[in-house]
Amino acid sequence: MKIDTKKLTIREAHEHLIAGDFTACELAQACLDNINPDLNIFIEVFDDVLDQAKLADEKIKNGQADLLTGIPLAIKNNILIKGKRTTAGSKILDNYKAVYDATVIERLKKTGAVFVGGANLDEFAMGGSTENSAYGVTKNPYDETRVPGGSSGGSAVAVAVGACLGALGTDTGGSIRQPASFCGVVGMKSTYGVVSRYGAIAMGSSFDQISPFGKTVDDNQIIFDCIKGEDEMDSTTIPDDVYNKSQTKSSEEITIGVPKHFLKEGVNEDVLDNFNDSIKQLEKLGYRIKEIELPNISYALAVYYIITPAEASTNLSRYDGIRYGSLKEGDNLLEDYMKTKGQGFGKEVRRRIMLGTYVLSAGYYDAYYNKAVALRDVIKNDFKKAFDEVDVIITPTSPFPAFKIGEKLNDPLKMYLADTFTVSSNVTGTPAISVPSGFANREGKDLPLGLQIIAPEMQENLLFEVSKNFLGENSK
Amino acid sequence: MEIKEIENLANLCRIDLSQEEKEQLSKDMESILGFIDQIQTVDIDKEKKVAGDLRNVMREDEKPHESGKFTDSILSEAPKKENGYFKVKKIL
Repeated sequence: MKIDTKKLTIREAHEHLIAGDFTACELAQACLDNINPDLNIFIEVFDDVLDQAKLADEKIKNGQADLLTGIPLAIKNNILIKGKRTTAGSKILDNYKAVYDATVIERLKKTGAVFVGGANLDEFAMGGSTENSAYGVTKNPYDETRVPGGSSGGSAVAVAVGACLGALGTDTGGSIRQPASFCGVVGMKSTYGVVSRYGAIAMGSSFDQISPFGKTVDDNQIIFDCIKGEDEMDSTTIPDDVYNKSQTKSSEEITIGVPKHFLKEGVNEDVLDNFNDSIKQLEKLGYRIKEIELPNISYALAVYYIITPAEASTNLSRYDGIRYGSLKEGDNLLEDYMKTKGQGFGKEVRRRIMLGTYVLSAGYYDAYYNKAVALRDVIKNDFKKAFDEVDVIITPTSPFPAFKIGEKLNDPLKMYLADTFTVSSNVTGTPAISVPSGFANREGKDLPLGLQIIAPEMQENLLFEVSKNFLGENSK
Repeated sequence: MEIKEIENLANLCRIDLSQEEKEQLSKDMESILGFIDQIQTVDIDKEKKVAGDLRNVMREDEKPHESGKFTDSILSEAPKKENGYFKVKKIL
């Protein structure tokens, strides 16, 4: 049977594997065959992909298969897989081999999922285009002169071109949802604390979440169900009983909130048209649409770009060239540090460490860091109030489709503005998903757009329900 | 932002910067700070200013693993080591 991994869903692949229409080895090979080197999707394609698939085939033969057994997945190269090179897109970790498995990897290994490779990313997940990777930019399969989004750009492209059937990324300010929208796939960010961060290379610890990419909402849900849950190695994970108790039954009538006041500036006209079409479609599906106010949402981006650099500057101080990673030697210990960090970190990472150190330094701490932390709670409260009136909130995922390689590289602020719609979920800890909503034409090429749906904390089920209806997955 | 201030920050961060980058960073910081300064216009209750809702959650320091269990695998990634230790340059 010919395997078309660009179309095949995880559930379909599972059924074919069980029926013996093809083997996990054949499926893995089909994915490997789709890795187009011109796109620069992976920092490392693993050398044991077919060996992993063989083990999965045995599991299937023995009747021990579950949904993810033998399913090829791309893993963002900042998530640790024991023994595999894990660079975080940085030169400072160029030769670093993970010495343990991330919790999500441990859980996926148990099911017999197959890891294809470590997908490209902006260095330490800082960026929205993969242009900050020390290993070169990943190209958008819809137009190779454009970026795939980021920071999890490699994971998004891997799914889009069928180099895997699903992928893991990390999302600190939109790093899964934005590339998902730029590449025409589905990507989500779970509620903060639902997926363990143990083994994800830290950026902004109070924002980071590992979450999946897939071609469909169902594919996302299958991976999410496998990786979620309490973990003693991450004290910020939500206890399982708390999560399970919080699951509300789907209400008869779902109301969708639209913060129209936030869509007035900086959004491309055709992106806005597409968003309005999505609203009409949701109305047709029987949802009630209500305009809402999120009075302080416009501050979310500034809050984000104060607190995450602060957290990142603290997290990244560990790369000292002593315990792991590369060392650039000077004449004394201080020079060792200065050279190791100066040469090991890329431009954007150096910039954010400097910014984070500034907002945390004496004299500025109150005006920036403390104020941002207080404002974060205010924004959280705005969302809570909004969710008293509506069940979910929608926005475009990004104010524009995929931009040109190099277009925003030299203007950090312009690049940051790409996160306008996605950061608020990380600031408030709420779950959100980006689903393909259509296309915008640029220079004769159709570029994918995404609709973002945000739900209250721990209500991932609601996200899945609405987004499946939106994509027509339930009627299949 | 003054170059002197950039240099001071770079020293705090232990990052070696070229003169050219110092100048570029001074411009970048100005533009980013200009953007994030918008939060100064929001008036928040004095009470709320002290600290946010988020707190660090610590586990009990108990049940240690067997001593030395991970030493080899951890040291396998160290740039310099000697007799089961990380090796650093003389400090004093």
